[in-house]
Amino acid sequence: MFSRQRRNVLPGFRLTMGYTILYLCLIVIVPLLTLPVQSWELGWSAFWRVVSDARVVASYRLSIGAAFAAACVNAVFGLIVAWVLTRYRFPGQRLFDALIDLPFALPTAVAGITLTTLYAPNGWIGRYLNDLGVQVAFTPLGITVALTFIGLPFVVRTLQPVIDDLDLEIEEAASSLGATRWQILRRVVLPFLFPAWLTGFALAFARSIGEYGSVVFIAGNMPMRTEITPLLIITQLEQFNYAAATAIAVVLLVISFALLLAINGLQAWTSRRLAA
Amino acid sequence: MAGSSSRNHRTSGAAAHLTEPRWVRWGLIALTLGFLGLFLIVPLAAVFTEALGRGWSAYTGAISTPDTLSAVRLTLVAAGVAVPLNLVFGVAAGWAIAKFQFPGKNVLLTLIDLPFAVSPVIAGLIFVLLFGRQGWFGPWLAEHGIRIVFSVPGIILATIFVSFPFVAREIIPVMQAMGRDEEEAARVLGANGLQTFLRVTLPNIKWGLLYGVLLCNARAMGEFGAVSVVSGKIRGETNTLPLHVEILYNEYQFQAAFAAASLLALLAIVTLVLKTIVERHVGRTTVQPGTATDTLS
Amino acid sequence: MSIEVRNIRKTFGTFAAVRDVSFTVGSGELVALLGPSGCGKTTLLRIIAGLEVQDSGTVLLSGEDASTQDVRARGVGFVFQHYALFRHMTVFDNVAFGLTVRPRSRRPDKAEISRRVHDLLKLVQLDYLHDRYPSQLSGGQRQRVALARALAVEPKVLLLDEPFGALDANVRRDLRRWLRRLHEEIKLTSVFVTHDQEEAFDLADRVIIMNRGQIEQDGRPDEVADQPKSPFVMNFVGNVNRFVGTAAAGRATFGPFTVDYPDAVDSTSRPAAGYARPHELEVSRNLTNGGLPARLVHVTPAGALVRLELLDDESRTIVVDLPRVQQEQEQFHAGERLSVIPRRLTIFLEE
Repeated sequence: MFSRQRRNVLPGFRLTMGYTILYLCLIVIVPLLTLPVQSWELGWSAFWRVVSDARVVASYRLSIGAAFAAACVNAVFGLIVAWVLTRYRFPGQRLFDALIDLPFALPTAVAGITLTTLYAPNGWIGRYLNDLGVQVAFTPLGITVALTFIGLPFVVRTLQPVIDDLDLEIEEAASSLGATRWQILRRVVLPFLFPAWLTGFALAFARSIGEYGSVVFIAGNMPMRTEITPLLIITQLEQFNYAAATAIAVVLLVISFALLLAINGLQAWTSRRLAA
Repeated sequence: MAGSSSRNHRTSGAAAHLTEPRWVRWGLIALTLGFLGLFLIVPLAAVFTEALGRGWSAYTGAISTPDTLSAVRLTLVAAGVAVPLNLVFGVAAGWAIAKFQFPGKNVLLTLIDLPFAVSPVIAGLIFVLLFGRQGWFGPWLAEHGIRIVFSVPGIILATIFVSFPFVAREIIPVMQAMGRDEEEAARVLGANGLQTFLRVTLPNIKWGLLYGVLLCNARAMGEFGAVSVVSGKIRGETNTLPLHVEILYNEYQFQAAFAAASLLALLAIVTLVLKTIVERHVGRTTVQPGTATDTLS
Repeated sequence: MSIEVRNIRKTFGTFAAVRDVSFTVGSGELVALLGPSGCGKTTLLRIIAGLEVQDSGTVLLSGEDASTQDVRARGVGFVFQHYALFRHMTVFDNVAFGLTVRPRSRRPDKAEISRRVHDLLKLVQLDYLHDRYPSQLSGGQRQRVALARALAVEPKVLLLDEPFGALDANVRRDLRRWLRRLHEEIKLTSVFVTHDQEEAFDLADRVIIMNRGQIEQDGRPDEVADQPKSPFVMNFVGNVNRFVGTAAAGRATFGPFTVDYPDAVDSTSRPAAGYARPHELEVSRNLTNGGLPARLVHVTPAGALVRLELLDDESRTIVVDLPRVQQEQEQFHAGERLSVIPRRLTIFLEE
């Protein structure tokens, strides 16, 4: 594969490629390889014992369930927000547009303690919800709130460029063919946005499954009830139970990779559709 | 080109049949503002309200304790090592991937994205498995009296890992869009490799590079989960600012915790402002970093 | 300064872009590499420049083997199809680039660089735009900046890749004339690539026609136009009517007409094709003169000529160009049946 690059007009391929691969291996590949190797040494039955433990399974269920719920909330509101920010003009719009990235720029620990303070039974928001009999902090609902915050930019930022690319002529064509506004949105606009929408949803979902910092404060961390998987990994580590921590982590990683693959597949599908 | 002119003037002035009825529009705007207000503005306001709740002097007192200052210092050190290293990597990867054809390019792009798919806790865990007391290199390191985990090098390694893809992800598409014509022209005109890069490539990618550095830095300074696993949380020694926030909070020193948090919130605001400025130069709506949408083509 | 290309081959994957091509360009000559897209002409130009490396064969620049030389050492000027101007530099800085990247020992001083850049910008008539950026220029202006930039390093040869490809028809024509005058003035050995035969004939001292990685014909524009060596060249260098027939024993027959064809020595008959350009055909109302009968379907004025479009009895289109004076006398009109007779036929045996 390098022979064709011999005497290429642009220099530096071997140098930059070599450095890229070396650095990638040192920082990413080799460290990540510890996971499969370590769990292999554990042996299958021991591995299964760890990951099928009731407390571990409960944590998977919670992490995945809350991440899914939060991604759904973001799918609905993200679509509305993206549409409003791209299509409508209103005062303060640029500010709101810039703020969308806050969950990404704000360190997760800050988000965590802030949301906890807001939604605690005596907090700014929690106070009123408490009066209604709804408890947010230290319940699965609180975890969902934190993950909604974390996943908020994904759907919006994936949809915005696609909405911007939507050719007004297509809507005009639909309109000239007699479609009502609602029909245009439902039959022309939404199908066009659908792949990006799904991608945004999957990205928010994937990010939320492994999230730690913003969740750990608001979760309450009760085993079987509000203990997320990443926290369980840390708990095992703190007891120097490396093998168990690794086994739990491998399952979490496999879920994330499966989602990443799904996202890449979606991307390929999207670009094929848009190229047509 | 023809499409863009029509794209730009679709605003409130768009023809009635091409926008939603007024009540729907205002309803959706209200919903958007409500949602963003609840999830973005209220929390941001809360950070500063809680931080300044006991007055300015309590605030400055909280952020000038030796422990806080040393946490700030360590955060700056970690980012100061991680960002330049990832910058060099990003430029090298961008050059190799964007300017040359080779088999396996998509696999390489996916591998560069890997850290985005890894939970921060796992990012910390893998370095413990490598360098911890029971880790692969643990015994050897112990013999030689080198500490990596529960020490500054571990924090730096974890920070490098989590902020690894940002610069590369930003500049690969920029360099791909630029093509190789200008570099070839420079070569025909007699420029050597370094001259070609410094005088032709770099000026064209500088905004993309700045953008990547900005995002990389935000992640490096704000990382919590990964650093938390490898740190050991020794006050004044292995505490970064986000970890310090956690400790103060868990000790019920809420005002001090929020004072420290407000520094990180300020960092976030500065990042967003700079990002908006840079975006104007890059001339695009950016896709959230961590999405695979902008490079996998 | 001459260019000599010997047995160049270049393959991309399984695609043979250039297949054993050899030619020479004499000092001061202006040569066109003409061919359809994908014929290998751009690859060949890039190989001469050193932007691409040939699989085998040699490139000699003024008699010296340059095959192993780096692109920087060859001393060629290259004008890219899309100009490849440095978009972050002014026109002045673009043109000065090649001088400013020289090693300090060979680099002219600032004043000298400035003088030379302004001289070149005057040569391409763009001195007044020296502080603009490429994005602020029109296509034709960019093209001239690219040319000035290539000339600034005082190249031994000038290579241009589709120099007018990205321009409007009017700008193209003007720029072509201007480039011809410039070449007469500086007499720099030049090769340009084009897919436009009119451009090649108009500008070049010699035209090399390429097809599928090989040279079909190499000659002066009038040679190529009047004595095409292959059906491909015949088709490529202008409109042509094709008549299907047979050849045997020194004669070729196409429907009603028979012509001498000494190349057909065999007595057995072989399929042949006769080609006639639209201006090489005559029409007449005399249907018994031994011509091919055809119905006139369309009359289009085309400058000094009038173009007649006819359909023969097998519904094949025949195009005839008449001098306008003749049409004014004869007043041929659509619907008439006419007889078509070739003044001249170029014949190729079919494989």
